[in-house]
Amino acid sequence: MATTWPSWLRQSPDLIEIIMSEVPTQPQPASTPVHDVIMIGAGPASLSAAIYTTREDIETLLFERGVVGGLAAITDWVDNYPGFPKGIAGLTLADELRLQAERFGAKIELGEVLKITDEGKYKRLETTSGDMLAKAVLIGTGSDYKKVGVPGEQEYYGRGVHYCATCDGAFYRDKKLVVVGGGNSAVQEAMFLTRFASHIDLLVRGDHFRASEVLQHELENKHKDKITVHFNTTTDEIVGENNSVVKVIGTDKTTGSKVEFPTDGVFVFVGLKPNTEFLKDSPVELDEIGFVKADDKQETKIPGVFVAGDVHSGATMQIASAVGEGATAALRLREYLEDHGRKHGDPDAAIMN
Amino acid sequence: MVKSITIFTTNTCAYCAMVKKYLDAKGFGYEVVNLDEKPERQEEALRLSGALTVPVTVVTKQDDSQEVIVGYNLAKLAPAVA
Repeated sequence: MATTWPSWLRQSPDLIEIIMSEVPTQPQPASTPVHDVIMIGAGPASLSAAIYTTREDIETLLFERGVVGGLAAITDWVDNYPGFPKGIAGLTLADELRLQAERFGAKIELGEVLKITDEGKYKRLETTSGDMLAKAVLIGTGSDYKKVGVPGEQEYYGRGVHYCATCDGAFYRDKKLVVVGGGNSAVQEAMFLTRFASHIDLLVRGDHFRASEVLQHELENKHKDKITVHFNTTTDEIVGENNSVVKVIGTDKTTGSKVEFPTDGVFVFVGLKPNTEFLKDSPVELDEIGFVKADDKQETKIPGVFVAGDVHSGATMQIASAVGEGATAALRLREYLEDHGRKHGDPDAAIMN
Repeated sequence: MVKSITIFTTNTCAYCAMVKKYLDAKGFGYEVVNLDEKPERQEEALRLSGALTVPVTVVTKQDDSQEVIVGYNLAKLAPAVA
């Protein structure tokens, strides 16, 4: 509020200056920003949800610690996402989703959410950018590739052992590779790596692929000259010499004998683990593997905290499914905000601590 | 103070796009070395980073000292360009 000085004092600006210099400065109270919705993770599920929430004029902030677009962005090629009859590069799809969400006003911040606490009306998120409050939250942190857990894997990580073909494949021009895994990612990324590698040994622990029939046919029809598939073969050790990977030692489960695969590098795609470390001490319930459990409205044990995509217990790990769950979660978020009278427009731009 | 920034990338690397997005947001210019187009510079990226991966971001300071950041690592990249 502006100070009204008496008329006699207004004649003496120097005196006003002296008085003002003696007035103790009031410390400004720290404030915690309040958002309508914070989405943790900016993969397909959250980006899809953000398209819906922002179109409803619900202010939405997404927090991403890794790549916007999640695992979809580091996938070479996506052939099963509806609307793209010729397929689409994962990176392009991720970028298009991001642009669509940003078009309606979604904000993406690069950083990590470290903890979530239920404070009733608001959910407090401890982040690498400081504390934030949200009226509702969407957990869409997705999953990351698992490690095989064998000797040599950690030691040669980034120097011969890799989990991202689109990032690191270019270092293996005309070299031999081993790819570990039998699911969609393993087959898809092995085929991608044929553009660089001279030959690939694909080690599959089971007696058949878990990958889709379409991918299996593509492997058989277009890549069998460069990719040799070894079923019933475990990966036991990654061996290096002079700071480089030289071979993978495995076991042929049908004979029990050791087998060796000379190689310059190893790419691992043996399944996914949920990104839920930050939820371990929260009331959000996790299943035995660590995925987020929720009710049939995708709401977790914390009211107003929802989940969507690969991190959701029982997820099918498909981009199309994640996008669908994201859209559903957005409608649930809107319902929740309306039911609790907290839709956009309430005056809590920031809460003074 | 930053004198120059070089990023080793490939065409398909999503993490490289994130490094560029971060530097763009902070208003930094940078040189891009695309290893798909210049495979002859792979050895240089390997020598600098000790890793067979991209992105590799080389931040050269005014005193010509260099800081090399392997991967998309904001915890290292942010202070390197601060």
